[in-house]
Amino acid sequence: MSSTIAVKFSKVSKTYGTTQVLRDISLDLPRGSTTCVIGPSGSGKSTLLRCTNLLARPDSGSIEIEGMDITAAGTDVNLMRTKVGMVFQHFHLFSHLDVLQNVTLALRKVRGMSADEADARAMAQLRAVGLGGLERRRPSQISGGQQQRVAIARALAMDPAIMLFDEATSALDPELVKGILNVMRDLAISGMTMLVVTHEMRFAREVAGQVVFMDQGRIVETGLPGALFDQPQTPRLRQFLDQVL
Amino acid sequence: MFAGLSRIQQTFFDIHMIARVMPSLLTVGLPNTILLAILASLIGIVVGLVIAIGLPSRHLSLRLICRSYVDILRGLPHILTIYLIGQGLPLAGLALFGSNTYAYAALAIGLIEGAYMAEIFRAGMQSVERGQIEASRTLGMTKWQTMRYIIMPQGIRRVLPPLTGQFILVIKGSALVFLLGLTASQREIFSIAQDSAINNANLSPLTAAGLLYLALTVPMTYAVNAWERRLRGAQGSMRGDE
Ligand SMILES: Nc1ncnc2c1ncn2[C@@H]1O[C@H](COP(=O)(O)OP(=O)(O)O)[C@@H](O)[C@H]1O
Ligand SMILES: [Mg+2]
Repeated sequence: MSSTIAVKFSKVSKTYGTTQVLRDISLDLPRGSTTCVIGPSGSGKSTLLRCTNLLARPDSGSIEIEGMDITAAGTDVNLMRTKVGMVFQHFHLFSHLDVLQNVTLALRKVRGMSADEADARAMAQLRAVGLGGLERRRPSQISGGQQQRVAIARALAMDPAIMLFDEATSALDPELVKGILNVMRDLAISGMTMLVVTHEMRFAREVAGQVVFMDQGRIVETGLPGALFDQPQTPRLRQFLDQVL
Repeated sequence: MFAGLSRIQQTFFDIHMIARVMPSLLTVGLPNTILLAILASLIGIVVGLVIAIGLPSRHLSLRLICRSYVDILRGLPHILTIYLIGQGLPLAGLALFGSNTYAYAALAIGLIEGAYMAEIFRAGMQSVERGQIEASRTLGMTKWQTMRYIIMPQGIRRVLPPLTGQFILVIKGSALVFLLGLTASQREIFSIAQDSAINNANLSPLTAAGLLYLALTVPMTYAVNAWERRLRGAQGSMRGDE
């Protein structure tokens, strides 16, 4: 197995009730590179992300992270999750905690850091995403864009090897989208391995190392952004691009 | 007709009778009622929490046990449960508290309350946004850490008003323990009133008890309602900010 692969999906399938949401998904995520997933609503993009940190468990197939099969019995799921950061469409900040506490909670309870250590690390991470000075605000007292920055800082503070973004800008007012995309772009440039579900085609084109088009639980096309966007091979992708571009 | 009114006045509103029973209602009955309600509520909170955590369990058998507990204790008349526990346990040889009726009374009401409080806690836990629970798990926090640091602190705010409302019901419900026959110094409000009513062949002591219950429950009810209104208001504005 090549050591340049950070995450390897092999024939991953997942069914909810009677609907098959993922069908035989096989995909490699190269280390240090960003993979963007595009596709119509309901095509299984979120489920693919949720399988990557076992928020959803695949019915069959395997997912290897750094060569370790996380779907194998006996995997320390909580330990695995500290290495896979996730950012959600609706932020999901802890509403009873302030900004700083949102970032320090897992540092202290999972990483076992002292309060001072966790505070220092969290402050640095908050500054890195452009959020100095808001430490004592509650999530309800800051804008959506700021909330999403906190969510990103919260994930990055754990020092993950891989970051998952599920439509991180879809719930934001248009003027706030660019700021978040810039944070994500900087992260990609810094060499983070990322799996990004997005409707921002320009971001995918500029930042992604590879783009994956999903439809009805299948990967329909995979390729370099230029090739995929400019020379779609399947009618389904052509149709999808016509609708969104 | 006037004679009828006068009879009602004599039977229920005999001022002298009320004045005579009031001191022991206040000095013995009131503290015993409040202590009983507090003890039973504490038992109810512990039992309710355990059951509430078990209700959504992945394990079918655990889920079934917890569900049955809630359904049975909420479905039986309380008077029956109090008899079953208060007299049944000692009869069955499980004389946990010797012949201390007061303790059996607290246990019986506490176990009943546990069933109601389990539902209150469950609703409180369910009110916590699913996404925050996932976010917590995503950070590597265990189920228990998530319960402790995310679900409990948020759930408790939503649970306190209905829990206080339940406490008011316990105060009233504690009257039923007179069935178990309490010793003189352990009698709560209703037992004292009941004894006095029988001794005097007059129901005015019960009226006195009623006044005391109202003095306890009405202000608390208003306080809880105001509390719930404020909480709803706060949540409403939180939603508006999003
Ligand atoms: N927890 C779930 N239970 C049942 N069905 C689900 C669940 N999660 C997703 N689905 C279904 O799976 C399909 C794919 O969903 P999702 O992965 O969210 O798609 P996408 O993110 O591409 O919009 C949808 O039809 C959705 O209704
Ligand atoms: Mg989705």
